[in-house]
Amino acid sequence: MNWKLWIPLALFAFFLGLAGYQLTQPKDEFIPSTMIGKSLPQFDLPPAMDGVEGTSFANFADGKPKLLNIWASWCLPCIAEAPHLESLKEQGAEIIGVAIRDRPEDVAEFLGTHGNPYTRIGMDDVSAIQIEIGSSGVPETFVIDGQGVIRYQHIGDVRANDVATLLAQLEEAQQ
Amino acid sequence: MKAWLIALCAFFALPLAAQDSLPPAPYAYTQLDDPKLEAQAVELMETLRCLKCQSQSIADSDVPMAGDMRHQVRVRIEQGQDPEEIRAWLMERYGDYVSYKPAVSATTWPLFAIPAFLVLLALIVLARRLARKGDDPSEEEALEDAA
Repeated sequence: MNWKLWIPLALFAFFLGLAGYQLTQPKDEFIPSTMIGKSLPQFDLPPAMDGVEGTSFANFADGKPKLLNIWASWCLPCIAEAPHLESLKEQGAEIIGVAIRDRPEDVAEFLGTHGNPYTRIGMDDVSAIQIEIGSSGVPETFVIDGQGVIRYQHIGDVRANDVATLLAQLEEAQQ
Repeated sequence: MKAWLIALCAFFALPLAAQDSLPPAPYAYTQLDDPKLEAQAVELMETLRCLKCQSQSIADSDVPMAGDMRHQVRVRIEQGQDPEEIRAWLMERYGDYVSYKPAVSATTWPLFAIPAFLVLLALIVLARRLARKGDDPSEEEALEDAA
């Protein structure tokens, strides 16, 4: 029998196997930002509620690396990461928040319940800054160096074992 | 009675996944005044991928972030930006993922090369078959007999 006859079947089996393998792989739904290594845009966001300051590009270009936390009071994982942001703050990290599509009264209630780890919180009503820096959801945390350049992106809520990584990234951004 | 109570509860169910309660961005659901510019914006929005809802374009999706992206597209079109310029601006932020119109790059070249290769292969096979058919009358007879 001609061996060439088996080629189509072998090809079919190969693609079947490939599709089967892909089905068993966990689906990666993260879309990483391609803005790492690039500068934050010029922006100026109003305060997210009474009693806090808004934030602008100048806050990130003062020589000290900081964390930029994209969050919202309506975001459930943001509740889970609140204690870990608090622990980052206690270990010397400065965190500037940007509240996405939020209301001042909701922001105040969230911070009243879960604590306020932020030095400043800007309000972004149309996700403008979020889109500018290539973030595709809440919460996300970016490490910004002292010149306003994005150095690292953490997608999803910050968990206990992410704290050390973020502190190390801040340290690295210092150099 | 119990069934009615349960049915009634369904009307007051809270959504499982939280979403914001802000009204959509100004240009999320509002068309541009100029129909020509709006047509340009829609054409672009249909080829931009929603980041939150996989396999939908931002024109299709009701997710707030897709609305915010439509807002960006319409505002930029109205400012006179070229649609491809806006696509490039988004691809600079989210990579190839955000565009439904793949460009040739280090990762996408097989998309373009494989069909061209298959057409070439089919042409070679066809040419060889036809040439053989012409050369060998016995094979032709055999085929005719079979038919």
